Amino acid sequence: MAGLAFSNVTHRFGQRIAVDDLNIEIEAGEVVCLLGPSGCGKTTTLRLAAGLETLQQGRIAIGGHVVADERGSLAPEKRHVGLIFQDYALFPHLSILDNVAFGITRRDALAEAQAALDKVGLGDRGRSFPHMLSGGEQQRVALARAIAPRPAVMLMDEPFSGLDVRLRDRVRDETLALLASTGAAVLLVTHDPEEAMRMASRIALMRAGRVVQLGTPEELYNRPADAGAARFFAEANSFAGTVGDDGQVATPLGPVPAPALRPGSRAEVLIRPHALRLDDSGQSLPLRVLRARLLGADSLVEFDLGPGLSPLVARLSPPHLPPAGTEMRISVDPGQCFVFAA
Amino acid sequence: MALTDYRLNARRIAGRRRGLNGWTVLALCTAAIFALPVAMVASSALSPAGETWRHLSETVLSLYITNSIVLMLGVGVGTAVIGAGTAWLVTMCRFPGQRLFEWALFLPMAVPAYVLAYTYTGLFDVAGPVQGLLRDLTGWSVRDYWFPDIRSMPGAIAMMVLVLYPYVYLVTRAAFLEQSVCVLEIGRTLGCSPWGAFWRLGLPLARPALATGVALSLMEALGDFGTVQYFAVDTFTSGIFRTWLGLGDPVSAAHLAALLLVAIAALMLGERYARGAARFHHTTTRYRPLPRLALKPVSAFAAMLACALPILLGFVLPAVALAVWASGEDGMALAPFLTYARNTLTLAVPTAALAVGLAVLLGYGRRLGLSRAGKVAIRIAAMGYAIPGAVIAVGVLVPIAGLDNAVDAWMREHFGVSTGLILTGSIAAVIFAYLVRFLAVAFNTVESGLEKVTPSMDAAARSLGRSPLDTLRRVHLPMMRASLTTAALLVFVDVMKELPATLMMRPFNFDTLAIKAYELASDERLSEAALPSLAIVAVGVLPVILMSRAIAKARPGSQSAGS
Repeated sequence: MAGLAFSNVTHRFGQRIAVDDLNIEIEAGEVVCLLGPSGCGKTTTLRLAAGLETLQQGRIAIGGHVVADERGSLAPEKRHVGLIFQDYALFPHLSILDNVAFGITRRDALAEAQAALDKVGLGDRGRSFPHMLSGGEQQRVALARAIAPRPAVMLMDEPFSGLDVRLRDRVRDETLALLASTGAAVLLVTHDPEEAMRMASRIALMRAGRVVQLGTPEELYNRPADAGAARFFAEANSFAGTVGDDGQVATPLGPVPAPALRPGSRAEVLIRPHALRLDDSGQSLPLRVLRARLLGADSLVEFDLGPGLSPLVARLSPPHLPPAGTEMRISVDPGQCFVFAA
Repeated sequence: MALTDYRLNARRIAGRRRGLNGWTVLALCTAAIFALPVAMVASSALSPAGETWRHLSETVLSLYITNSIVLMLGVGVGTAVIGAGTAWLVTMCRFPGQRLFEWALFLPMAVPAYVLAYTYTGLFDVAGPVQGLLRDLTGWSVRDYWFPDIRSMPGAIAMMVLVLYPYVYLVTRAAFLEQSVCVLEIGRTLGCSPWGAFWRLGLPLARPALATGVALSLMEALGDFGTVQYFAVDTFTSGIFRTWLGLGDPVSAAHLAALLLVAIAALMLGERYARGAARFHHTTTRYRPLPRLALKPVSAFAAMLACALPILLGFVLPAVALAVWASGEDGMALAPFLTYARNTLTLAVPTAALAVGLAVLLGYGRRLGLSRAGKVAIRIAAMGYAIPGAVIAVGVLVPIAGLDNAVDAWMREHFGVSTGLILTGSIAAVIFAYLVRFLAVAFNTVESGLEKVTPSMDAAARSLGRSPLDTLRRVHLPMMRASLTTAALLVFVDVMKELPATLMMRPFNFDTLAIKAYELASDERLSEAALPSLAIVAVGVLPVILMSRAIAKARPGSQSAGS
């Protein structure tokens, strides 16, 4: 029985389709990330699950109970879901402890709230008010407030994007650990592929209201469903070509096999910058360096592919900083080349 | 399994259908009730005109129109010059007393125009202290010199400019504060003098705000009744009043009211148009503390004078005169004063409470997501403030009298009892008219308070298991306490000052502070009128102070409290 299930959910704002025939099931204890560019419908999906938007088409169930279908939607306060926003939405007129106790209806609300605060390591700040806390602390209060009523489903809308980069990783890990201990089904909305890969058991990549691909982070990264999915995780060098009779597409870097495509069909070949490496063996290709930049652990090197073609972008690790004009020999890791029908 | 759960949940789910919900229905009903008086007046323009109307249109109508236009022109120019000029001085220049002037320039707002009118009449007419002093000093007799007549069209314009310029000051000052300093500094580097920067950049950028402020003050001027009646300058409002009570012809009064409504509607459209263009306020988004221009002694003195005069003439002088008169021998005794004060409270307290309650209902209803019809309804309900009290009185009295007559006829027919007029001349009817007029004041204040509660706070509270009503009680209301107080206070003061609707609708022999002050002043018993007038002014100062404090905090880029 799924913790949270969307069946054939479609949602429109006027003429515009925000969510198009969405089907996702999230098991208890699982973290599913809705990933996509802004406007792809991921936040609408989350709001539908929370009951903040009235469902138009399809069905949403929580813990096996239908909470919304075409005939009506259960009000948000009756769904028992936890909700965390980018801006945390702490109530400024209530103390931290009262904020956390807000959703607890049991008799020992304050004790429960204190326990939740202890879990996020803010047990001693209960009497403070939201504006007295740092961003990271506010985020943890929002988390404590959401888990305190022990919801079976946790919905998070870009919960970490308000934090500065160095704090973010730590808070993410802590949050993940805490969520795992509650056993809730988690739906997390983000536009950041790295965050999704870091947090998710499974990722649902969305584009224009549709789920383009649903799978583990590894599946999405290594077996992207289409060119857009491949590009979303890392910008890639792209070459257009035709599949030859030998089942391969010719590129300036040599032929790439396209087993799934019929000979004669148009194809797009994507080669990730990480797929390129220095190689002095006979298989490699000599290319002239246009410019090189150090990015820390690796370097970004652009090679000239000749007139009329965009430079080839490579990320070389360990970093190399060859001067412009140097000729280097490059080969391609076939595992990070993708061929899609164009 | 899902199927059984589904049946279990079906009933709970069915409660929440798209479109029509309880809040929408409530908002729609409220709006419909409050739109009724205006609709009444508007539709009366279509009903056939009687003998009185023909008489009016042949004789005084053209006078009403010319007078109203002259009044509007004078008030428009006067408030624009004083309001925008002082606003520029206090926001952009540095001179002694500038911080004091910044909020004190709001003070004349606390003085109703009619109070100013009879205070000035008392001070400056033939028998007043000023001309008396003049005669004592020069030895002239009354016929030896010319002295401007206060009770005239220019006098009426002067009175209204003095109390209405704060509307323009309010909005243009806000606009000047919002202007990016960068634009002005670039203007200076491109060769503008400080004054050149004002004329070529500051003023054009603030033009939408200026238009809004002038439109507001013109609506007030058109709706004014006390001043023009007291000065015997015949405009639409005094005409409506006279046609209603003097000639006893509601239909013709409604015709006049409908004409006035057209003028107000034109002003509102103009204001909306000006606001639509207000987008070019924000030319860049960088804000820094305004580098105020330090003035040289002579110009600093001129600036001080320019700011001090409106405050002196519009607030200090009348307040002092009223205080002197009130404390003199002829001042009103305490006992009758308390009676009038109690009557005023009887009207103002319930109105303020109801207005705030309804405003919360409408504002929160809108927030919960209303249909388009609901939104339009709220806009209509919040329109009353633009409509003069005399028009609203007509719009409320006509349907209420009709209802009373219908009830009376029905009771006589079926039970042989005459109920007479139940609602007409009742306190409930007066309060309803006030609500029609002042709901917008409360609504706008409550709306801006609601904006402090972010939508995600709503969502958080709901997902934590709180119903909409519970969320309102536990989240919104506590966070809006200051706005609610301000809203109630604003309505309270407006009711206290209100004259024409009260005069036309009050219960028999039911005198409020405003009515008594006005009647006494009309009978040339200025000293007696002073105490109730002073009370009105004193209470009126409270929201002015609240408002100027709130505005000082609202500058973008400056530290705003509590966020």
